[in-house]
Amino acid sequence: MVEQGKGKIVRVAGPVVTAEGISPRMYDVVLVGDLSLMGEVIKLVGDRSIIQVYEDTSGIRPGEPVSNTGEPLQVELGPGLLSSIYDGVQRPLPVLMEKQGDFVSRGVTAPGLDREKKWKFKPTVKQGDELQGGMVIGEVPEGNLVHKVMLPPKVRGKVKSISAGEFTVEEAIGELDSGHKLRMMQKWPVRTARPYAEKLLPDIPLVTGQRVLDTLFPLAKGGTAAIPGGFGTGKTVTSQQLSKWSDAHIVIYVGCGERGNEMTEVLTSFPELEDPRTGKPLMGRTTLIANTSNMPVAAREASVYTGITVAEYYRDMGYDVSLMADSTSRWAEAMREISSRLEEMPGEEGYPAYLASRLSEFYERCGRVKTLAGPTGSISVIGAVSPSGGDFSEPVTQNTLRIVKVFWALDSKLRERRHFPAINWLTSYSLYSPILEEWYRKNVAEDWGALRLWAMETLQQESELQEIVQLVGADALPEEQRLTLDVARMIREFFLQQSAYHPVDTYSPLKRQYEYMNAIRKYSELAKKAVSLEVSLEKVQTLKCRVDLGKLKFEEEMDKGLKAIAGQMETEFSGLGV
Amino acid sequence: MTKEYHTICQIAGPLVFVEKTEPVAYGELVSIALPDGSTKRGQVLDTSEELVVVQVFEGTGGIDNASGVKFLGETLKMPVSKDMLGRILSGSGDPLDKGPPIIPEKRLEIIGAAINPYARDNPREFIQTGISSIDGMNTLVRGQKLPIFSGSGLPHNDIALQIARQAKVLGEKEDFAVVFGAMGITSEEAQYFMKDFERTGALKRAVVFLNLADDPAIERLLTPKLALTTAEYLAFDLGMHVLVILTDLTNYCEALRQIGAAREEVPARRGYPGYMYTDLANMYERAGRIKNKRGSITQFPILSMPGDDITHPIPDLTGYITEGQIVASRELHRKGIFPPVAVERSLSRLMGQGIGEGHTREDHRAVSDQLYAAYAEGRDLRGLVAIVGKEALSERDRKFLDFADSFEGRFVRQDMNEDRTIDQTLDLAWELLSTLPIDSLTKIDRKLIEKYHPSTKK
Ligand SMILES: Nc1ncnc2c1ncn2[C@@H]1O[C@H](COP(=O)(O)OP(=O)(O)OP(=O)(O)O)[C@@H](O)[C@H]1O
Ligand SMILES: Nc1ncnc2c1ncn2[C@@H]1O[C@H](COP(=O)(O)OP(=O)(O)O)[C@@H](O)[C@H]1O
Ligand SMILES: [Mg+2]
Ligand SMILES: [Mg+2]
Repeated sequence: MVEQGKGKIVRVAGPVVTAEGISPRMYDVVLVGDLSLMGEVIKLVGDRSIIQVYEDTSGIRPGEPVSNTGEPLQVELGPGLLSSIYDGVQRPLPVLMEKQGDFVSRGVTAPGLDREKKWKFKPTVKQGDELQGGMVIGEVPEGNLVHKVMLPPKVRGKVKSISAGEFTVEEAIGELDSGHKLRMMQKWPVRTARPYAEKLLPDIPLVTGQRVLDTLFPLAKGGTAAIPGGFGTGKTVTSQQLSKWSDAHIVIYVGCGERGNEMTEVLTSFPELEDPRTGKPLMGRTTLIANTSNMPVAAREASVYTGITVAEYYRDMGYDVSLMADSTSRWAEAMREISSRLEEMPGEEGYPAYLASRLSEFYERCGRVKTLAGPTGSISVIGAVSPSGGDFSEPVTQNTLRIVKVFWALDSKLRERRHFPAINWLTSYSLYSPILEEWYRKNVAEDWGALRLWAMETLQQESELQEIVQLVGADALPEEQRLTLDVARMIREFFLQQSAYHPVDTYSPLKRQYEYMNAIRKYSELAKKAVSLEVSLEKVQTLKCRVDLGKLKFEEEMDKGLKAIAGQMETEFSGLGV
Repeated sequence: MTKEYHTICQIAGPLVFVEKTEPVAYGELVSIALPDGSTKRGQVLDTSEELVVVQVFEGTGGIDNASGVKFLGETLKMPVSKDMLGRILSGSGDPLDKGPPIIPEKRLEIIGAAINPYARDNPREFIQTGISSIDGMNTLVRGQKLPIFSGSGLPHNDIALQIARQAKVLGEKEDFAVVFGAMGITSEEAQYFMKDFERTGALKRAVVFLNLADDPAIERLLTPKLALTTAEYLAFDLGMHVLVILTDLTNYCEALRQIGAAREEVPARRGYPGYMYTDLANMYERAGRIKNKRGSITQFPILSMPGDDITHPIPDLTGYITEGQIVASRELHRKGIFPPVAVERSLSRLMGQGIGEGHTREDHRAVSDQLYAAYAEGRDLRGLVAIVGKEALSERDRKFLDFADSFEGRFVRQDMNEDRTIDQTLDLAWELLSTLPIDSLTKIDRKLIEKYHPSTKK
């Protein structure tokens, strides 16, 4: 007889191991083989448990032991998450490097939070206070902000004692009447959403400093966006731009089945960049989850859950969190890989039938909420999608589009022209635009909505006119329509194109976005007048102000330039008799 | 003493199924003794108390139910040593030249462990290939993986060879080596590479693995792993800068598909296994740099796109993993332009880290952006000219049209032995850009125009 919770392996097929003699619950974490590789029970068939293993299973053989920890896959939550870089199951990569060297080998465990480090804790409740689950009991300075230490959601009771001082995450900082010890660290199962009081309407934009996003297709704080695109179209650069510039308090960046060098780039650039909110190092608001394409697929599958759970934890403190998942397709492929090893009935393109429900459960965990503690917090999710063959009709893109509210469609044609960000302005959309307009009106400009509409219409007209041009050439068009083409071109080349690598152009505050588009509209109006006065389009197009308008975005003193350009346009156009 | 089993119950394609064994490890190395006295090697793909599935590298031809199967008690390892430099080995690592056996300094697992992302160092040293369309527009850096996407009949081998001959990091004399892994290419093609390596003396610094078209298909699954294990040893143990050329990845993927089909797996697209992305990533990600280590691995995989289709799963999945791609253009090739690099479809994702002041030249980024924009505009106009004729174009448009021609004819085109410095490449770019109205150089800021534009430059 095997003892309870101890069993043995009967089969190994890649990342999927079958064991007998443990009687686990679904999703229990088990330790597999002589090396004690970490795995998770994903299917129970009779007395056999099917386990996905988070590490490479080479060399593991039937007969080796398996033991059940009796706990589901959890993450450790507490001070120390920010500035950290983890693998998909929250093992800190620097610690793994210390223990194993430059290559990730197997069978090493490392806790998510540092056990030695002391944190300065200051209570915000006192003896005798009656506490509900999720309430804030104290504060710790962490990274760029104040970490709110909360009671775990399911705990309640009266404070018997609580003290200020320096503690490790495991040390008791106090006690409830029930005898429950208060600590800074709590654990939470990654596949379960953390509770909140109520969901709220996302009506504040997540300002990203990216013109095409903020102006044409805005995302709300607490909203969901998908960025699908073929390889090299800009999913990663866009996600990274958002993690650098978006006005969130916290950024969780999940590198899910993507490149190692991309994580290195984040690791080397973020500590040197400033958090646009606080001016402190960007790393101080960031947690990285890096389970690259060559790391085990089962851990890749877990990585998005690890990420969203950390996001929920900071949301519960009342912060605005944005989570980038690059790429959700690699996550879906991990599901597919495991599902096929389980010999499950495949759905479309071999993906499991539960693909759609997993995706929607994930996106459902974001949103703007009233937390258990009272304040408002949010999680915005930006999911990159890597459609096979760049074809958006494939299952991951399609199932994602059914859920998310913002669609930033990356376009290989635009990429080939080096139009970056290669976001197609005709097919992309944001369902938040109408809700957010109120905010833009109050906080940026009264006529924001009208200006946006003008730009969209001009681009729309361009695409209709282009069809004619393709047939007969631009010369066949009346001057006025050729002017529309030219203005649309200015919108595309000046406004929509934005280089992530240019020190000035990389970030554009909302006010500046407004002024820039407004200047283009002003040019358009003056030019229209000129054309109606029979000034040749050639003359209008070669005005210096048109060239200057295009170069403005690269200038250090762009805001000053924008003030000056209006006057310059008037002078130059009046020279044409307007 | 390893036990020999005679319990083969099924042979299907490249797979052998063995019953009633003692516990066998996943990934364990297998040796199969054939009735004719020869042996074949394989690896365990699935293991349970009842049944073990073995993938046979040299193909299952000649194996019968009575063949003896031994499980060797360890996963696949290869001997490595500095003496491998200058050697020609088979696709499974046995010497093909008449040289002595390799005395191992180490035996390494051929399935390399993943580099801890935290241990990686940013690739940022500019590699000058001497080819303008690469150096100027799709710059390569040390530690990058940059495939060539090609098609049948296109001169991808010449491009790869020119890169191998000319690639250098400016101002450095460091230990470098070439690891060449051939998968299913013809012996003629292999000869072509070997001749060039010999001619230029590169062979002394090269390790060559040859799996040719008539070698067993499944062996191809080993070849790149052997090549990369060798590369890792040279780079990270011996501190050399290693350029790895792998060709042709399409043959590798076909072998992968064959295994999947034999196992009756549910395929993803076009019959290729669902794990092909992960499998390829495990290979391509073995490029890079490591903090505190001297060496580096730069990968140049070559693959032919079936039907020139870039959306085919092989180039598609590759493009999602590699740090860009150099796309060969049939159109340019037809025009007689060598190297036929389709710059608009090519990309180097790590370019930004390797160019600019301190790497190449301060104007590099702006010049390359401007070349892209102007070339794209010229190409668009070609489409228009086909409809309305050249006369209908404005003077400005005509300049762009001409620019596209001279860009292809002078910038992209160069001799197979022409090794242009980065300064020559950028100066040539300025010369071509100066044929355009200065106002239309919208991607370049005033200061750079004043400094480099031929009309204003002192
Ligand atoms: N809305 C759009 N979405 C995606 N791609 C577009 C869109 N508009 C244009 N493109 C792409 O850009 C290409 C060029 O567009 P367009 O002809 O408008 O630009 P242009 O050539 O720079 O301008 P001009 O016609 O004034 O020379 C199109 O062929 C198409 O591939
Ligand atoms: N906003 C941008 N500004 C400048 N270049 C960009 C921008 N977005 C993408 N790129 C270019 O496109 C390349 C590929 O982008 P990336 O985000 O890595 O693509 P993906 O993740 O979709 O495969 C980058 O290396 C960069 O050269
Ligand atoms: Mg990417
Ligand atoms: Mg056009």
